[in-house]
Amino acid sequence: MKRRSWVILGLVIVALLGLLFLNVVIPSKPRELEVFETTLDNGLKVLLLEERKAPVLTFHVWYRVGSRNEQPERTGLAHFMEHMMFKGTPQMGAQAFSQVIRKNGGQDNAFTSQDYTGYFVTLAADRVHLPLELEPDRMVNLLLNPDEVERERSVVMEERRLRTEDDPTSSLWEKVQAAAFKAHPYGKPVIGWMEDIRKLSRGDLQAFYKTYYAPNNAVVVVVGDFNRAELLPRIQKAFGAIPRGPEPPPVRIVEPPQNGERRVTLTREDAKLPFIMVIYHAPNLTDADSYPLEVLEVILAGGKSARLYRNLVYEKQLALSAGAHYARVSADPEAFALYASSLPGKNVEELEQALYAEVERLKTELVSPRELEKAKNQIEASFIFSQDSIFSLARQLASYEIVAGWRHWKAYLPGIHAVTAEDVQRVTKKYLTTENRTVGILIPGGAATDGERPATGTQPKTEGARP
Amino acid sequence: MSDRDRTLFEGCAVHRHLKKAGLVVLLLGLLLHSLAEAAPLGRRAEMENGLTLLVAERPTLPMVTVQVLLKTGSVLEPKDKSGLAHLTAALLPLGTVSRTAPEISEAIEFVGGSLNADASWDSSSLSLTVLKKDLDMGMALLADVLLHPAFRETEIARKVRELKGRIRQKQEDPGTVARETFAATLFGDHPYGRPVEGTEGSLDRITRQDLVDFHQRYYVPNNSIMVAGGDVTLEELKGYVQKYLKAWARGSVGPVKAASGAPPRRRQVVKIDRGVTQANIVWGDIGIARENPDYYALSVMNQILGGGGLTSRLMRSIREKQGWAYDVHSALGARRFPGPFLVALQTKNETASPAIEEVLKQIREIRNTGVTEEELEEAKGFLTGSFPLRFDTNQDAVGLLAGMELYGLGMDYPERYPVIIKAVTRDDVLRVARKYLHPDRGILVVIADPDKAKLPF
Repeated sequence: MKRRSWVILGLVIVALLGLLFLNVVIPSKPRELEVFETTLDNGLKVLLLEERKAPVLTFHVWYRVGSRNEQPERTGLAHFMEHMMFKGTPQMGAQAFSQVIRKNGGQDNAFTSQDYTGYFVTLAADRVHLPLELEPDRMVNLLLNPDEVERERSVVMEERRLRTEDDPTSSLWEKVQAAAFKAHPYGKPVIGWMEDIRKLSRGDLQAFYKTYYAPNNAVVVVVGDFNRAELLPRIQKAFGAIPRGPEPPPVRIVEPPQNGERRVTLTREDAKLPFIMVIYHAPNLTDADSYPLEVLEVILAGGKSARLYRNLVYEKQLALSAGAHYARVSADPEAFALYASSLPGKNVEELEQALYAEVERLKTELVSPRELEKAKNQIEASFIFSQDSIFSLARQLASYEIVAGWRHWKAYLPGIHAVTAEDVQRVTKKYLTTENRTVGILIPGGAATDGERPATGTQPKTEGARP
Repeated sequence: MSDRDRTLFEGCAVHRHLKKAGLVVLLLGLLLHSLAEAAPLGRRAEMENGLTLLVAERPTLPMVTVQVLLKTGSVLEPKDKSGLAHLTAALLPLGTVSRTAPEISEAIEFVGGSLNADASWDSSSLSLTVLKKDLDMGMALLADVLLHPAFRETEIARKVRELKGRIRQKQEDPGTVARETFAATLFGDHPYGRPVEGTEGSLDRITRQDLVDFHQRYYVPNNSIMVAGGDVTLEELKGYVQKYLKAWARGSVGPVKAASGAPPRRRQVVKIDRGVTQANIVWGDIGIARENPDYYALSVMNQILGGGGLTSRLMRSIREKQGWAYDVHSALGARRFPGPFLVALQTKNETASPAIEEVLKQIREIRNTGVTEEELEEAKGFLTGSFPLRFDTNQDAVGLLAGMELYGLGMDYPERYPVIIKAVTRDDVLRVARKYLHPDRGILVVIADPDKAKLPF
């Protein structure tokens, strides 16, 4: 027994020395961020992260609902709902929420994505009572005044004109997404089709609010300067009395495999340069392949030394810009995208072939150890840089929590570190195939040619509520 | 010094896991917290060669951002060579005497860092962001890029081709076209009327010698500010300057000789016909320079009129009451010379005309009757209360310090700002509204589909 105790003590000492060693020798080792997690009796998930570098905090209430949960004939409903959340309750008139926050030196806003709708207030730490009073109120008591619904409908239509109708690249994005996802709601724009926005009724909004705006479908995340032991009881008191709602219907639809290339073209007079995007169906963060795909994104597009910029922009001078985007943090499998805009006078077919040549090279040649190490360094550094902002920390925690559980956020760097050159090659071969891709090409000039819907488009992931 | 500081903070992190030492953590936490609150935003020093150093010491994360800011931007370039300041900056990371462009991007990106250059009307900048462990390498690279740019003809040609592509591409965005047309009309020959990145024509006229000369003349320490934020101390930064920028010698910059833009004498309307679904509208006038003491009263006025998000007068009337726009805002561009004061909005073609009328009505109203006590309190509450949110991140802190130095606001600016704002009265707001808002003589730019918008002018 005694002997065993010594062994344990010895191990503890070694472990402590190890801790010291780590701290001394690798000073840039990221801090262990201590996230506190609890679920209230009514199902409200609470995540708290104390971060005391300045006397401010950011208070987020996110709902587990986005355009993914919409019926095909009611696109844009989640985003419309987000706008209406600023239109008042019996206790707070329209815009009164924002007015109170601003008067107290805070900033508030919201955003809607495919998977979630997030509301936030960032303000001085000693004003935390304001979101604690205001957020529970609008979780339950929203008015949805019919006049306000009508006025807000025109505002949302203006937002769609601003973000998509008059923006050729966004329009193309929307068409490509619609072509790639035939069954899954990821094929629908977050802001909704104009025709649907016109038709959404107050009844639609009421039913949506009732179904999805409940504590058991929400996450509260607070990051910043507060004391957890003091804040948690206040959160319990503020939100705890709200009754649990019925469980919202799950989204069960699965996009069937794409068994052949799809292509869309869009000719627009207001486009000045050809633009091409190629999207491949790809798994999300719950799949082990997500880590090599993340590394692949950085190998292709992580800066000016990455392959797309170096080869297509710098060496061959075919492209004005070129990039890649892997939609990893999503509730359902989404996409890995490549895109590039032509330099004036360059041939867009040649640009498309050059993009594929980069993909094919990754299938035949392993990335070098140095290139792999660089990509991992870049991912690790950006992960650390992103922790500089309390807003960014809160956003990461909330979005991870909603799509797959916040612990995936903790698993991110270890997962990245384990990626090998063979993994990168394997996922390139597996997902970046001809039959799995949808290609969109924007062609400047002439009269507009377009498919079955008016010129349309939306930002890749998120719609903001306001400028 | 720095090592000890870091150990202290890492000690904190370790303590956090030892919950039994709660009291110690609490006391230490309170101490650090109060120190952090009392500490000024940054520390400042001047080097012998005239370089000003500013540091926001924030050791929470093992990262550092360093920005070198030249107090020279496009304001000083000749009209026919517009884009010169921007092109000079853009060429810095694209090759030094001893390194090629790919070598530079490979070196900085291998450690996950970034090194970027840019220019605006009033300044040029070179920015480095790295993990703390890579700071020495990053500073060596930054110094090389700053002191020994090669301005190789091949890189110049490549960059010019890219910029021309971007200039063409930005024509896709009606908002950009409207803003640039507005600036060109409002400022005329003044440099604020020209886009910082130049035009397709002006870029062709810039020679390699122009870039070399511009760099030699303006990229001197006595015209520069080096601002750092993050896990770094003033002493460390001085050490790097001595190590890598020893050869950086003073130069003679000469006075900044650009006259202020002349305000428009009458109302001028520029209409651009385009098949858009939404009209893009910019209205405005010449405002003030940053040093103008009216800056603070105008900031409050701007908040109330259209700078204050959803609760501003323009938002309430045009978005909330009429549903005519998603975005309508006013903005005060206070620069070294008087910049623009403008209102911008986008609305479907059919409501362009009434929306413009409403903007002018709101401007007349704030000129005639001023603002209410409640509006004043809300605007002042926001401006003072949100000030700390303006330096939440290292990058924000660096930007704020750089601006404070560039416009001579003084190191006590973060303490003075709320005091000045709190002193603004309703009379002040009324006075500046009358002085600077002229609904009868502003510049109005409208991009719209003429058949649908049916503008009456």
